[in-house]
Amino acid sequence: MSSVYEQLGGEAAINAAVDVFYRKVLGDKYVVRFFEGVDMDKQAAKQRAFLTMVTGGPNSYTGKDMREGHRHLIKMGLDDSHFDHILCHLRSTLAELGVAQDLIDTVISVAESTRDDVLDR
Amino acid sequence: MPTIRFEGQDYFCSSDETVLESLERHGVMLPSSCKSGTCQTCLTRALKGQPPSAAQKGLKDTLAAQNYFLACICKPEEDLEIGLASVSPKYSARLIKKDLMNESIVRLRIEVPEDFSYQAGQFINLIRPSDELTRSYSLASISSDSFLELHIKRVPEGRMSTWLFDTVEEGDELSFFGPSGDCFYLPDNPERTLLLVGAGTGLAPLHGILRDALEQGHKGPIHLFHASLAAPGLYLIDELREIAVQFSQFKYTPCVLHGDAPEGGKQGNIVDIPGQVLGSFNGFRVYLCGDPQIVNALRQKAFMAGTSMQDIHSDPFVFAPA
Repeated sequence: MSSVYEQLGGEAAINAAVDVFYRKVLGDKYVVRFFEGVDMDKQAAKQRAFLTMVTGGPNSYTGKDMREGHRHLIKMGLDDSHFDHILCHLRSTLAELGVAQDLIDTVISVAESTRDDVLDR
Repeated sequence: MPTIRFEGQDYFCSSDETVLESLERHGVMLPSSCKSGTCQTCLTRALKGQPPSAAQKGLKDTLAAQNYFLACICKPEEDLEIGLASVSPKYSARLIKKDLMNESIVRLRIEVPEDFSYQAGQFINLIRPSDELTRSYSLASISSDSFLELHIKRVPEGRMSTWLFDTVEEGDELSFFGPSGDCFYLPDNPERTLLLVGAGTGLAPLHGILRDALEQGHKGPIHLFHASLAAPGLYLIDELREIAVQFSQFKYTPCVLHGDAPEGGKQGNIVDIPGQVLGSFNGFRVYLCGDPQIVNALRQKAFMAGTSMQDIHSDPFVFAPA
């Protein structure tokens, strides 16, 4: 069976999704402090990698990457509530782009599976 | 079987092997991470030869135009000579003209060395021969000009700018290498709205991009916001007004943080002014140059106002301390 990534339309769809998703994240006062002072181009590339991974596209993301990439944010107070906000933005991004509900659920469950790595537990 | 030339060595690339894999097999490790064309850590430039377009997916158009590609997904179809950074020969050229634009900005016009080519908006690295001190300056000229133009801001106790202001004279030879930078005009959509925002000598590359766009027949609106702390810090006002008279699609807005703005200008924070004047930036291509704090704040503003990340080109100037 083809991946959600392919069903969405591959790379072009992911590029469109990154803009929508990143804009939602930066517009969220509850989580924006974790993104202040970061290079926006690099951050967008990371989000593209994240969206590619959670939709089952070509990637080599590992739990270790997720753990190490977020460790400095844990010190800043990153916890489950922030993770929930990001999942929420991911869900509404996909809905806005017209992704079917069952595909959204699949993507969210993959994203959910990274929770313990992101929060270094 | 294509050959990859890197740092003077030739490496054979097997069929179905990527540039990254081939070099790795030969014991040459390029920086890389995702190995799937996503993270862009392995961004590499083809100095000779054309990388396949599939190896440029997701890259900014201005990077693709300079033959940058992702080594981890590049299966070369022809011989390539590659480099990590933009490797460039050193040039030497005579200073033709030096004049003061205002009390803290001097304009230098330099001969164009033979075989030097650039895109308006890119920068060069000027070298002081006595001690190899090097600083980057944006090109304000366009490639059809008979000179290279730089705008130099006098940095208090800045070694390079003090030397250029006080010692260098017309007729002297100047050395530099380059060009670099991905802040330049692309003629892919002549109807599109362009937004150019810069503070201080951030005007230099924007002036080049503006004239390049007009010369290449850009039809869509072009908005230029040039900011300074106060009116005396603005420059090229008459030239820019003249361009606005000649080209109705071009709108020039001089901006000042303090005091009265010149006629047709705005007083306020440059980070807020473009949004107040234009509202949404949906579908724009945006160029931001100058002070890094202003550039980064504007980058976020432009993105939140609807510009795609792919369409925001910026060149934050870092002023080296004395």
